[in-house]
Amino acid sequence: MASKRLGKQTVKLQNPPSITSTASIVGPKEGKGPLRLFFDNIIEDEMWGEKSWEKAESKLIRETFSKILQKAGKTSQEINYVISGDLLNQCIAANFGLRESDVPFFGVYGACSTIAESMSIGAMLVDGGFADDVVCITSSHFCSAEKQFRYPLELGTQRPPAAQWTVTGSGGVLLSGKGPGPYITHITTGKIVDMGIKDANNMGAAMAPAAVDTIVTHFKDTGFTPESYDLILTGDLGAIGKEICIELVKEQGFNIANIYNDCGVMIFDREKQDTHAGGSGCGCAATVFAGFVYKKLMDGTLKNVLFIATGALLSPVSTQQGESIPSIAHAISITTSLNQ
Amino acid sequence: MQKTMTNKEYQSYVEKMTPNSKTGRNVLRAFLVGGLICVVGQFISNVLKMKGYGQEQVSSIVSLIMIFLGALLTGLNIYDDLGRYAGAGSIVPITGFANSIVSPAMEFKSEGYVMGVGARMFVIAGPVLVYGISTSIVAGIIYFLLKQ
Repeated sequence: MASKRLGKQTVKLQNPPSITSTASIVGPKEGKGPLRLFFDNIIEDEMWGEKSWEKAESKLIRETFSKILQKAGKTSQEINYVISGDLLNQCIAANFGLRESDVPFFGVYGACSTIAESMSIGAMLVDGGFADDVVCITSSHFCSAEKQFRYPLELGTQRPPAAQWTVTGSGGVLLSGKGPGPYITHITTGKIVDMGIKDANNMGAAMAPAAVDTIVTHFKDTGFTPESYDLILTGDLGAIGKEICIELVKEQGFNIANIYNDCGVMIFDREKQDTHAGGSGCGCAATVFAGFVYKKLMDGTLKNVLFIATGALLSPVSTQQGESIPSIAHAISITTSLNQ
Repeated sequence: MQKTMTNKEYQSYVEKMTPNSKTGRNVLRAFLVGGLICVVGQFISNVLKMKGYGQEQVSSIVSLIMIFLGALLTGLNIYDDLGRYAGAGSIVPITGFANSIVSPAMEFKSEGYVMGVGARMFVIAGPVLVYGISTSIVAGIIYFLLKQ
């Protein structure tokens, strides 16, 4: 077996890359949510001076990319790769947002799990000695996502209680071979899991089994336990998916209830902001990680974090054809200190 | 996943975990707002009748005015909030039909007037038109045959 592999789905990085810089830009609604103080920039309106929502989303990625570099004191010439993706068809937010970046580019799609997917690949590139500095970045935009996946914004419809609210925002990280941490030490790559949920308004329930699978596999592969972490954080399961996740992980012998949370639950005040089950979208996990989690790692409040971004791999076509929702979850183990 | 339940068991478990819509509240709101929209229509109708218009003219003019109001409120970003509050109460009346045409027209303006507005305008109302008109033709044929 390859020397860095651990168990069925996990790799242990021998030269753990540091997360040396992050940036997050969010929309006005997210900017009124409970995590507003952790974001770098809150845009005033969803168009952000552009002519379409898609252009605004590209601008989110572009500006987040510049912000990451600016905070790290680097130029784009020093970046070996940028790995990026988003929710729009053919990933146009990332492709157009980064077309002037002049950096070698990998486009990826993992729906809302994209930030963890790109960080997994980025960390392996750095660990393998193929790159010194890699930027991983994703975005989502409420309006462009609604337009593509649901109904026009101005259509007067009611959402069911299980529905989630796509986060407008972009978050990204810079992974470097040399740095003071926090370090990415383990990566557990998820499998596609489909338990037959067909309701596109209940994506938390569709994605929860994927998250459970990845979390349990991570524990089994690495020998870690819930006690190894002070935060286990999923991407966008929302309130319903969160409950399901806790219960199903417990059924398999791991109690994570005390240290577990979900970005989709954290980013909005569900009652006051009328977001039903919570936030979703690539930008949800990305901005909560780049904003909240990274700052908590840097100030020492958090030391060991298991970050699991979750994605529902559906499309409007598959939904219309009556298909169920395949889902995925990618886990990244992050620590502030390598001497443990 | 290391399966502790089958897909069927999971689906019924999810059903149990997922809260239902607040039907009682939604029905009440739909009744109030839907009723209010109808009252507005009736008010216009009564005014027109007082002005001496015949029944057929009144029906057409009231429809036109209500469609205009639905479209206007959509354009002013009000109808979606109304819909979120009232649900079926603002979907069922003719104002809701106007909303279902104007909202995609606004949404897809960024793709141009031909492939955007023109092509996508009926993306929601289209099925209603297709099956509404088809049903009326079938009903017409049945009526025609029964009258023979």
